[in-house]
Amino acid sequence: MMSFISYLLNGLSLGSVYAIIALGYTMVYGIAKMLNFAHGDILMVGGYAAFIALNSLGLPVPVAVLVSMVVCTLLGISIEKIAYKPLRKANSLSVLITAIGVSYLLQNLAQLIFTANPKSFTSFVGIEPIKLAGGQLTVSGETVVTIVTCVIIVVCLVTFINKTKAGQAMLAVSEDKGAATLMGVDVNGTISLTFAIGSALAAIGGILLCSAYPTLTPTTGAMPGIKAFVAAVLGGIGSIPGAFIGGIILGVLENLAKAYISSKLSDAIVFSVLIIVLLVKPTGILGKKIMEKV
Amino acid sequence: MKKILSVLLAGTMAATLAACGSSSTGSTSTGSTSAATTAAAGETSADSGSASSDLTWKIGSQGPLTGGAALYGEAVVNGAKVAVDEINEAGGINGYKIEFKTADDEHDQEKAVNAYNSLKDWGMQVLVGPTTSSPTMAVASEAVNDNMFMITPSGSAVDCTATANAYRVCFSDPAQGTKSAQYIGQHKLATKVAVLYDSSDVYSSGIYEAFAKEAANQGIEIVDTEQFTADSKTDFSTQLQKMQAAGAELAFLPFYYTEAALVLTQANTMGFKPIFFGVDGMDGILGLDNFDTSLAEGLMLLTPFAADATDDATVNFVTRYKDAFGSTPIQFAADAYDAVYIVKKAAEAANLTPDKSVDEIGTALEEQLKSLSYDGITGAGMTWNEGGDVDKEPKAVVIKDGAYVSAE
Repeated sequence: MMSFISYLLNGLSLGSVYAIIALGYTMVYGIAKMLNFAHGDILMVGGYAAFIALNSLGLPVPVAVLVSMVVCTLLGISIEKIAYKPLRKANSLSVLITAIGVSYLLQNLAQLIFTANPKSFTSFVGIEPIKLAGGQLTVSGETVVTIVTCVIIVVCLVTFINKTKAGQAMLAVSEDKGAATLMGVDVNGTISLTFAIGSALAAIGGILLCSAYPTLTPTTGAMPGIKAFVAAVLGGIGSIPGAFIGGIILGVLENLAKAYISSKLSDAIVFSVLIIVLLVKPTGILGKKIMEKV
Repeated sequence: MKKILSVLLAGTMAATLAACGSSSTGSTSTGSTSAATTAAAGETSADSGSASSDLTWKIGSQGPLTGGAALYGEAVVNGAKVAVDEINEAGGINGYKIEFKTADDEHDQEKAVNAYNSLKDWGMQVLVGPTTSSPTMAVASEAVNDNMFMITPSGSAVDCTATANAYRVCFSDPAQGTKSAQYIGQHKLATKVAVLYDSSDVYSSGIYEAFAKEAANQGIEIVDTEQFTADSKTDFSTQLQKMQAAGAELAFLPFYYTEAALVLTQANTMGFKPIFFGVDGMDGILGLDNFDTSLAEGLMLLTPFAADATDDATVNFVTRYKDAFGSTPIQFAADAYDAVYIVKKAAEAANLTPDKSVDEIGTALEEQLKSLSYDGITGAGMTWNEGGDVDKEPKAVVIKDGAYVSAE
């Protein structure tokens, strides 16, 4: 029993990281209707920005987080302006391919600048692991912070979209770009704002990913990015609470499969579950009609 | 206008043909005209005389210089470069200087063959490479047709040296697994051992298989075997927990230090403290930027090279490498450094000169390697068997106070 809870906690820890990355994916997809495959790499840039701010410049943690968010936001907006905006009228496949191109560009640029040598990330979370049940269970500070941050972000995003004018504009753009323009919504501005928020989330995701799993390389964001994308699809892509739930489920499943079935086959098992879920519910767990439009 | 065009086209064709002629024989075209014409049998010399008249050795090296495995490719070409520069300063091989050229194979079989061909077009006579296993196998099956002598510093999969022209400096994967099990058994480090390995990687699983086979002979009980794959190598806590629950006294970790750093961090968080035992891929963990080396305290690894060793040859290599590239060399770099010197020693023993054809150089070097014994920074008294595999003793080192110390 104790070991089961402990595996569950490992799953929560990994799942919360997937969840926080999935939020960025789902946000951009929900509004701009495009899969930003470079999201995982923006996350990696956020990790490097935070690493430099904290370790090379010696800035305090909150400032380093801010620096990383600003860097990623600027990067996200520039990528949108340079790579995606000219393709706004092209079919979604072209944009998808462009996003993959941007992803490789960022990875290789990072490799040029920071070299392929891994860097050991200093955790941004200064909380000692919490021991439960007389030391038999450990919950790392990173897990707690990641889950709390995740919940805060979900609440903030949902409130932002439903209660503010900019949020309503996002909803309008996601419904119908043409009609939104006619109603006086600045479509390009709204999409840029979406990318800005998505990229700032990537920065936070990068910092938390690297704090929990402290090895930073130019490909750090690639695989977690894809897993988080899967989590977003599982939860119902476009749905913000869905991304959170999808991430947690994916992480827990992965760890339980490792623990009780086979550590070799865990990915195969996780993805089989994904296929079954999508067969039964093609829009994902929370992908209802209303939720689909964020 | 048409006339000019046709003249131009004809000129281009002639030039292309000439280039093909010189490259397909694979021989050097930089030699003086007389040397080149008498060089390889059947060669129609396309020497324009515009190239440098100084005869040089042309040694090529290849590896992933971009992409996820770039760390290893960079280490190999840098390590080889250090050796080349050193040899050139000392007067070259048999009095001829070395020209050195590298190509990127991105750790991809197809690109590796392209990289090999481009080096061959440049006039490469000896290949110090490729760096990683699967490209090495691809290149070896291509290079055997040219009888191009190749010595891979770090291609450790068994089949890397399957062809007659291919040799290696590092241990093969099974050799490392077997030697590790023997070391653990002979030094009675532990009887209950758990293994964690990368099941998606031929290097890691190759070592594991040989280790598991030899463990039985050494009275080692493998209490738990856990895997991870390239797609899920961030979270190891569940695997570590199962290893801990199985009562492992020693954890055998046959994979690279990038992942090992995460494993050590996570084991520390959960309070799992067995003896951690790694292989050559673990070398480099202390050089990891910003890594808390106290996490690696007590970590043992079986490696032919330790950058902190104090013998003159290693100190000289490490100093030169640091001066040139600003980082501490990992084992891959040391293997490449040795590989260039092995070529030098064999070429000197055979009294070779660079005006020979690739085929002649290949045959002569292969003959020499059968009887050659070489003392390098990755092992003393290296010899090679018929299959191209090296025989040398690994050194066990243990990390104490953030530095390698000999475990003997």
